[in-house]
Amino acid sequence: MGAASYTLLMVALVTYSVVHGSSQIFSYEGLNFLTGTDWNAVEGRESFGALPYIVGTLVSAGIAMAIGVPISLGIAIFISEMSPSRLATPLSFIIELLAAVPSIIYGLWALFVFRFWIRDFIEMPLYNAFHGSVPFFAKYPFGLDVFTAGIVLSIMIIPIVSSICREVMRVVPNSQREAAYSLGATRWETVRIAVIPYAKSGILGAAILGLGRAVGETMLVTLVIGNVIGAAAIPTSLFSQSQTLSSLIANEFNEASSDLHLSALIGLGAVLLMLTIAINIGAQLLVKRMVKVPSGEKN
Amino acid sequence: MSRGSGKNYRTLIHDQMKKKYQRRIIINNLVTVFAIICLVAAIVPLGSILLEVIKNGAGVLSFEFLTGPQGSIITGKGGIGPAIQGTLIVVGLASLIATPVGVLAGIYLSEFAGIGIFPSAVRFLNDMLTGLPSVVIGIVGYVTIVIALGSFSVWAGALALSIIMIPIVVRVTEETLKIVPHSLREGGYALGISKAKITMNIVLTTAKSGVLTGIVLGIARIAGETAPLIMTILGTSLFFSSLNGPVDALPLRIWRLASQPYEHAHAFGWGAALVLILMVLSLNVGLRLLAYRKGFAIRTEV
Repeated sequence: MGAASYTLLMVALVTYSVVHGSSQIFSYEGLNFLTGTDWNAVEGRESFGALPYIVGTLVSAGIAMAIGVPISLGIAIFISEMSPSRLATPLSFIIELLAAVPSIIYGLWALFVFRFWIRDFIEMPLYNAFHGSVPFFAKYPFGLDVFTAGIVLSIMIIPIVSSICREVMRVVPNSQREAAYSLGATRWETVRIAVIPYAKSGILGAAILGLGRAVGETMLVTLVIGNVIGAAAIPTSLFSQSQTLSSLIANEFNEASSDLHLSALIGLGAVLLMLTIAINIGAQLLVKRMVKVPSGEKN
Repeated sequence: MSRGSGKNYRTLIHDQMKKKYQRRIIINNLVTVFAIICLVAAIVPLGSILLEVIKNGAGVLSFEFLTGPQGSIITGKGGIGPAIQGTLIVVGLASLIATPVGVLAGIYLSEFAGIGIFPSAVRFLNDMLTGLPSVVIGIVGYVTIVIALGSFSVWAGALALSIIMIPIVVRVTEETLKIVPHSLREGGYALGISKAKITMNIVLTTAKSGVLTGIVLGIARIAGETAPLIMTILGTSLFFSSLNGPVDALPLRIWRLASQPYEHAHAFGWGAALVLILMVLSLNVGLRLLAYRKGFAIRTEV
């Protein structure tokens, strides 16, 4: 019981540290901290606003979700419903290895290898085709931008999202599948009419858990997002440089010039904490509900 | 006349069903292809990461690189000795804190807690702790220890990493203890053994490989963490001197090297990445192979 209380103590410690550390900035800026766009640490002209980084965080995580979730779902469907059972174990093994690679190594790889693939094979063609007509693609791409960050984040969340989706699909009772097959459904139709509706809330929960990861990820984003500050960090196109809450903390923490600056960075941490707690609670409620549904009961 | 039109009608229906059936088969095949493409899309980055790290990192590996202090990165002298040493110290200390706490909390939740508000609160908060961004946990180390001590220190780093590791150990321990068959515990009770002894000697012994799995998974996870180390151990080019002073770590060194504009720094970064990935992946792969042979499952999402 003592050890279990330690967990509670840790949660209290996290809350205390973040609240205590950021109190100075919230009393200095008030709610402007959440809506302002300036970021100036020069003494005498201090002004800190977190809005651009909140937007940057949401946009990069949004891109990661848009790409990562369908791919994870495809992988989960393939491994749990389509692949021969002999392949399922090695395949999930490989996907789980992806989860074991530290995020700093993803970052290194993204910075020196992957961003050139993205720039040359995806961004440049899109830019050449659409830069006059679609504002999304208006900026000349360098490879260090929200789009790259989003894609690398999507690779990072694939293992966790797909393994939870697989888990959730595994608890779908076989009688559901057999019913669909007995009506003459093809394999995909079985997945669509029997498996997915049953696993829906679990899949949604998995996606939200992935969102929590993408929002909190730091090092990889720091290396590839371009790191601009101030109003310029609000991405105006897919190929804009940007900044997220966590990457700004990592970039400036060791160079913080004053207590107020430090407090502002911890304030960013507080915003991030709120964001991830909300996301995680939502996800856990969804996943728990799903896994608790007894077999055969209507969902 | 009516017979003839009936026949035509039937062939019409038959043709339409055949067409529709073919369309369904085609859609089914398209989806299968899409699923395979998804799988490939996930495997290609993994392959590329491993390839690049080995290709770029193997060249700089040498005895001096692994043990030497950081020299001039502009000319490519020196090594990452302090980083390897620092990682071992910080991760070791963190797991010394996290293992007893995590295992005991797991035992409590599975064996003693039963159902109630307190255990479910612990479970809920434990799951929440797993989902917290590591950069926020670094802030905890900074505010509680770095400010109090007045200096970046090993302790702060170990505290931060232990907060990341504890929930993993708690969850895996609880889940493995729960699958120990009840008959084993009942056997113990029938012999009149106390509950504490049953837990330690029977339940924990039976579940030992599972519990160990949780610990090693936790270690592999925290060995690669970077963000919390920025605000706790800071990183230095010197070897370890005191638990109250800054120290270097591999992930931190990779980050600093990658941010520098020199070719040699990048080469060193790849070399450090190779060392780190070898450490982390060998822990992971070894564990999974062992688990596969012994026939128990490892969940990734912890």
